[in-house]
Amino acid sequence: MSNGQSRFHVPTPPYRPGDEPDFTHLDLQKAGAAPRPDPAVGWEETRDLATGLVGVLDHNHQAVGAWNPELSAEVLREGLSHMVLTRIYDERMLKLQRQGKMSFYMKSTGEEAVAVAAAMALKPTDMVFPSYRQQGILFARGRNIVDMMCHCISNSRDNLKGRQLPVHYTWAEGSFFTISGNLGTQFPQAAGYAMACAYKGEDQIAASWIGDGTTAEGDFHAGLTLASTYRAPVIFNVVNNQWAISSNQNIARGDAPTFAAKGLGYGLASIRADGNDFLAVYAATQWAAERARQGKGATLLELFTYRGDAHSTSDDPTKYRPKTEYDRWPLGDPIERLKQHLIGMDEWDEDRHAKLEEQMTALVVKSYKEAESHGTLHEGPLSPTESIFEDVYAKPDWRLRRQRQDLGV
Amino acid sequence: MPAMNIIQALNSAMDVLLERDPDVVVFGEDAGYFGGVFKATDKLQDKYGLDRVFDTPINEAAIAGMAVGMAAKGLKPIAEIQFADYIFPAIDQIVSEMSRIRYRSAGQFTAGCVVRAPWGGGIRGGQTHSMSPEAFFTHVPGLQVVVPSNPYDAKGLLIAALESGDPVIFFEPKRIYNGPFDGVPDTPLKSWAKHAKGEVPEGHYTVELGKAEVVREGEACTVLAYGTLVHVAQAAAEASGIDAEIIDLKTLAPYDIETIAQSVNKTGRVVVAQEAPRTSGFAAELAAQIQEECFYALEAPIFRLTGWDIPYPHAHEWAYFPTRDRFARAMKTVTEA
Repeated sequence: MSNGQSRFHVPTPPYRPGDEPDFTHLDLQKAGAAPRPDPAVGWEETRDLATGLVGVLDHNHQAVGAWNPELSAEVLREGLSHMVLTRIYDERMLKLQRQGKMSFYMKSTGEEAVAVAAAMALKPTDMVFPSYRQQGILFARGRNIVDMMCHCISNSRDNLKGRQLPVHYTWAEGSFFTISGNLGTQFPQAAGYAMACAYKGEDQIAASWIGDGTTAEGDFHAGLTLASTYRAPVIFNVVNNQWAISSNQNIARGDAPTFAAKGLGYGLASIRADGNDFLAVYAATQWAAERARQGKGATLLELFTYRGDAHSTSDDPTKYRPKTEYDRWPLGDPIERLKQHLIGMDEWDEDRHAKLEEQMTALVVKSYKEAESHGTLHEGPLSPTESIFEDVYAKPDWRLRRQRQDLGV
Repeated sequence: MPAMNIIQALNSAMDVLLERDPDVVVFGEDAGYFGGVFKATDKLQDKYGLDRVFDTPINEAAIAGMAVGMAAKGLKPIAEIQFADYIFPAIDQIVSEMSRIRYRSAGQFTAGCVVRAPWGGGIRGGQTHSMSPEAFFTHVPGLQVVVPSNPYDAKGLLIAALESGDPVIFFEPKRIYNGPFDGVPDTPLKSWAKHAKGEVPEGHYTVELGKAEVVREGEACTVLAYGTLVHVAQAAAEASGIDAEIIDLKTLAPYDIETIAQSVNKTGRVVVAQEAPRTSGFAAELAAQIQEECFYALEAPIFRLTGWDIPYPHAHEWAYFPTRDRFARAMKTVTEA
């Protein structure tokens, strides 16, 4: 036998089904406690922010501390409305998927603030390179819901001609890049896009989102390396929702203190923020955007949140994590927290909230009816079959022309 | 017209492109100040500045991903991968992203760019500096794959590639950067100056993508080759006296089936050549397509002249390489069958 001290280590999640989850061990910085440096500071000044937690809404739902973006009630209500719509849309689409109306769906339950607040803090022209769980950006940017649904049910009005799985949206008009299912590829792309913005001397910046699990991909490091080398005006968001399908965040994080801390090694400003706090996400994004526009380069933002539902319609989370885990999550629910904040400001009430939910439900139901009038995946009409040979190249070459003939379309 | 070697012709192409369009940028490992390890980007940084011709970190995925992002913003990137052997870290960005941006966004975004890479062996490069990985890329819808065989084409094809608006994998046969090669091991280097295609115009011109060229007319058999092997095939025809018709494919995706079929229908005998390992190589695609297209014109089995199914050897490089003598034997086999 060897006398070596080394033991092979494989991290396990804190809790598996049957366990009683308890998150009191999480050392989370209190809302309002983190200082807010000037966005132009050197990356070294963000060391504590990378391991702390930028939060604005405290346990009484009051906005506190230096990071309070002091948004008007109107803006807050708009944010709330987008988040409510996102959640209702997700619920409805899941139901429709279960009814066989679409092949696949991915909800963003619990992560609505990560997308909505960020989109609202950016300019509408800033180019976003999202992953598949930031549909909130589309609502915040005013994407037509019928169009979103037509994509998800792959019908004749799908702006992607039925080429992508549901939720892999593209919307160039709304500065929303085409979503990939391959993980992390958007980080170097966003860096490249941002470099091109700087090259052209434009004020536009780029922002991208990946999950905690994807930080293990080489492209995460490729993106950060590019951004650091060329001081690209880009915001890299790591949505730490604790779970990559069935793998806990510690499988990708290892012994690093936080995901944000990984940015420090690249010399990038790095901040961990409460992803369930609309105001914190807004403020952190605003800070990073200002920094990027000032020519100070990229920021790595970790948004600390929890994936409230399954990874996708293809997995059952009760098989790998306790059912009660979400209820015990210490950072609550982003919609409930913003709602309570607005109520505390006397700018909202339960009645108005119920009405908002009704309104959004009606909008989603009505939109779906309209979407379905353009066809569904199973019953059609779909985009014309011959369109599968389009857009491979600017012009189809002989191979595609012949193959189209072979198919007889 | 000035005489140029392939490196100078590529340099001239990038010079022309940079000069004409401020959206063109050139980058790669050592491609900036140093001008590239093969000097293809020599002095371009001097002339166009640090922000148009620049060095990159040693991360091919970053290089390809950056090109995709830049193209989405309307730039026209020319990215250099230092050796074709090093392109694999970029495979996801090229195969899953670059090639499909136009398709998956239904034309809302495009990723027009050129990825250049020195390619092929015969330079004592061993297994990591000699590969011909074209078949990995001809298999990918949305990519165009180009392999020039001389200075004139190298420049014209590179300009056409960037102007095509779609991604192009541009493989450069480094064995013939400085002069054509007859496929006889250890022959002294010849100069491009004495070759007709070594005459290269200074300004802008294009060589059409997707078009092959009959570089030697003949009746006895058809030889399909690209890159270095175009010259080896020609040398083999001269040395053996076999009246081969030799076609330089130039573009592998999409390849020029019309020119190929015309020749095969005439000769009925075919050698398809590649330096890459045999199994699932590009020659297999050519052979399959030819039998579909020209089956009743064929007088003999199609001969695949290829590298072996082994990693590219160092000391025994010439045992791997499809030399002039192997070419001549292949031509003899198909003509006598």
